[in-house]
Amino acid sequence: MADAVLHLEKLRKSFGALVVTDELTFDVMPRELHAVIGPNGAGKTTLINQISGLVAPDAGTILFAGRDITALPTHARAELGLARSFQVSSILPGFSALENVALAVQSRAGSSFRVLGRAAAEAALNGPAMAALADVGLAERAHIPAGELAHGEKRALELAIALAMQPKLLLLDEPMAGTGREETARLVEVLRRLKGRFSVVLVEHDMTAVFALADRISVLIYGRILASGTPAGVRADPRVVAAYLGDEME
Amino acid sequence: MAAASLAASPARPRGGLRVLPAGIFLAFALIPIVALFTGGTYLVSLGSRVMIFAIAAVALDLLVGYGALISFGHAAFIGLGAYAVGILSVYGITDALVSLPVALAVSAAYALLTGVICLRTSGVYFIMITLAFGQMAFFTASSLAPFGGDDGLTIAARNTLAGFPLLRDERAFYYVVLFCLLGTYVFCRALVGSRFGRVVRGAKENPVRMATIGFDVYRFQLATYVIAGALAGLSGFLLANATEFVSPAYMSWQRSGELIVMVLLGGLGSLDGAIIGAAAYLLTEEWLSGFTEHWKVIFGPVLVLVVLFARGGLIGLASALVRRFARG
Repeated sequence: MADAVLHLEKLRKSFGALVVTDELTFDVMPRELHAVIGPNGAGKTTLINQISGLVAPDAGTILFAGRDITALPTHARAELGLARSFQVSSILPGFSALENVALAVQSRAGSSFRVLGRAAAEAALNGPAMAALADVGLAERAHIPAGELAHGEKRALELAIALAMQPKLLLLDEPMAGTGREETARLVEVLRRLKGRFSVVLVEHDMTAVFALADRISVLIYGRILASGTPAGVRADPRVVAAYLGDEME
Repeated sequence: MAAASLAASPARPRGGLRVLPAGIFLAFALIPIVALFTGGTYLVSLGSRVMIFAIAAVALDLLVGYGALISFGHAAFIGLGAYAVGILSVYGITDALVSLPVALAVSAAYALLTGVICLRTSGVYFIMITLAFGQMAFFTASSLAPFGGDDGLTIAARNTLAGFPLLRDERAFYYVVLFCLLGTYVFCRALVGSRFGRVVRGAKENPVRMATIGFDVYRFQLATYVIAGALAGLSGFLLANATEFVSPAYMSWQRSGELIVMVLLGGLGSLDGAIIGAAAYLLTEEWLSGFTEHWKVIFGPVLVLVVLFARGGLIGLASALVRRFARG
């Protein structure tokens, strides 16, 4: 597994008596889209939070691009090329959509200790930001304050922010949460187009989206991987059907 | 695509008041000329005092208005700048070329030392710990017996500037203060719109998002805290020269509270508001205290009304009026 972009080794996390990540070993290969599915409370978001550094694991290691990042703070992981979206949109509501994305470009560009020059007018930041917005179909809405965007647009903006970071690995925590059928189809289309530019961990409840996009699927239940394999293999696995897919596919 | 259409939304949230800064500084520039006709230097001294506190208020607005860092110890930095002037003058060092850099360095250093600790906390804890460090400076100054202790320290004469007694003329001093305020304002205006300022403003809106896109928010907030501390030190340097006196009272928590009131009264996060708030506060104080020493009994309810009915402070009120006027 030396080539994996992300490798989790015996990761463990409990909140009090509740074990939410239980000796979890998991990896993501270059350019792979690895979906994580499972019922509510399986520990999917906690897993994403541990990878992005918002929650510290109790034990185990996280290797990213061959480097142990278990003790690194969130911002340092982002600098290494780890981007994420949030299940509940986490944007800067008072900033325009463009500025939300331009900040991500600025972060990658470094030199944010510049105190002169109007950042909002810098073409070097706004150009790539516009491109990321265009990638998710938000170019027309670039100047709207992010807080005033519709729900589906906020989901797309989350994705644009992550894209603008030109990540090695993108963690998507339920990017389709709360979006309508059309919006979901549009986001799936966007992800399908972008797939292969970088590795993705996709946590999602929408099984149509998951089976349309994933190269590999892992089923997480009570903090453990119940099964892992190709979409066809997972779909046929009787344990998965009994524990999770049985309800979801109806 | 043209650069104009690529430009993101402006850093300044309020429209309709674009000419306001020019108006403010023009008014300040004209006060000494008006004073020529009224005679005496009362207006000029009062104007200097307003601008000196406006410098500290603009610096505080960087923290409170743009960074959501509610510092309750801002007066300590004014006091440190003032004491730098006072203590140096005791040792015969009375030139601004020495005392001004020392004042800036001392207040910036105290901001750095305390900011490293304060910024580990947030919300109400940040308020309390900045208050604690402010009080620490206050009690230290009170116990400095060789430099007047509780009673404060009288400065023999205003600083010279490269040997010239420029600051001793009330009008010349006034224009030096005006120049400092203008410099502070232009610097802070550039700062909040810059890459740096955008990170600070972003951290106010959503620090978790800022971390996940790769910003170590703490470093930016610490730098802002040091800048705000140094600018307050500049204000203290000028205050000591204006009053020819330094006292622990400059650092008291009441004074820190007054600075917060100035920024709130004028309107948070606009810089213009901080200047207007400082002027409004000090002029109201000057006017009402002519009637009664219990002037705060009158001022308190006024402040409550402003906070309740004019959320954006005086500047918010003004821009709402301008909008209504333009429409009607």
